[in-house]
Amino acid sequence: MAEKISNKSVLFNPFSKDNPVLVQILGICSVLAVTVKLEPAIVMGLSVIAVLAFSNVIISLIRTTIPTNIRIIVQLVVVAGLVVMVSQFLEAYAYAVSKQLSVFISLIITNCILMGRLEAFAMANRPWPSFLDGVGNGIGYSIILVIVAFFRELLGSGTLLGYQVVPDAAYEAGYVNNGLMILPPMALIVVACIIWVHRSFNKDLQDK
Amino acid sequence: MKINKQSNVYTIIYIIVLVVVVGAALAFTSISLRERQQANAAADKMSQILASIDIHPSADSIAAAYSTYVTGSFAVDSRGNRIEGVDAFDVDVTAQSKLPVEQRILPVYQCRLADGAVKYVLPMSGTGLWGPIWGYISVDADGTTVYGAYFAHQGETPGLGAEIEKPRFSAQFTGKKLFDSGDIFVPIAVVKGGSDTVANPHAVDGISGGTITSKGVGAMIDNCLTPYSLFLKSL
Repeated sequence: MAEKISNKSVLFNPFSKDNPVLVQILGICSVLAVTVKLEPAIVMGLSVIAVLAFSNVIISLIRTTIPTNIRIIVQLVVVAGLVVMVSQFLEAYAYAVSKQLSVFISLIITNCILMGRLEAFAMANRPWPSFLDGVGNGIGYSIILVIVAFFRELLGSGTLLGYQVVPDAAYEAGYVNNGLMILPPMALIVVACIIWVHRSFNKDLQDK
Repeated sequence: MKINKQSNVYTIIYIIVLVVVVGAALAFTSISLRERQQANAAADKMSQILASIDIHPSADSIAAAYSTYVTGSFAVDSRGNRIEGVDAFDVDVTAQSKLPVEQRILPVYQCRLADGAVKYVLPMSGTGLWGPIWGYISVDADGTTVYGAYFAHQGETPGLGAEIEKPRFSAQFTGKKLFDSGDIFVPIAVVKGGSDTVANPHAVDGISGGTITSKGVGAMIDNCLTPYSLFLKSL
């Protein structure tokens, strides 16, 4: 890479300025699917951080040996292997959550953030910065996941992490949970609202 | 000697080595975690069986609660005779539900509640709108009165078909009858329009907006409980 980027910005840029969901608009599909409740969203976020960090390190370690014409296949094999391992671990140690997430853990394989980071960063950088890049992007993704899930669970089910937070008195007074929040389209609308707020604070991201 | 990394031989050897290494790592993970995964799946099944008799133990006490309340399990055939040498807990209900009635192995879980009442829990498996649905129904010792029910699904629509897993739906089954006054087996129907279901002992109110899932529940009850009719009659 021509320009030298500091490790600090590699780790922290994806949180906001270069956020994979808000700015690069990657990994939207899983944001829609797993954000109905906060708990699966957090587990999903942690899984993506783990897969992203380790696949970045592994690809970075073997980057000089990979034959160019099969590099995408090599990346996929590494990612798929890691995703299956994560899914096996969840099944063994967090069975209830793994049942809720069902196929979406396996679908991390197709999460565009992964291939994006492997191609754009790990193939060209040393293992330590690649690890930080993976962790940073994973966290950037997880932040959005958690924010979206927070609003969807609060407004859609009246709970947070399964605990009732909307008081019973409110229901007696006529408050009703918004069933629309549970359906996938609202995830898209919540993400759009977050992007709107984010852009209005980051003038340089706005289109001229 | 410098290796040509773009040559075909290098590429083929590289991918073979990579796949073998990843495959070995996966095999190792799978083998070392299998025992825990199977224990989890068994505990999950136990908690579903217990849910049909309205017992909801905490995650750590599922096995203990199961051994307290479930006093035995056995399998019967469609003529009501016991099948020996079958572990009822391991019977694949989904596969059985697709066989002709005469060939089915039908698991029964015998439970004893804290007050000494005996209940029989019968498993069910069917399809909803998007994927599989399944459940357990518990019947009193008289073989006709439903004590409780539990339903679950893989991916029915939230707020519509997915409502079958809520107590509001399953609680309707309590007190329903599986045999009519003439001792003929009547599977509980899931019907539209709730007005007459409270008085009708053979029907429950379906879910508005979840028509296909409701129909799936009805079909599942018919398909999976009818083979038990001779067994239930013999109780």
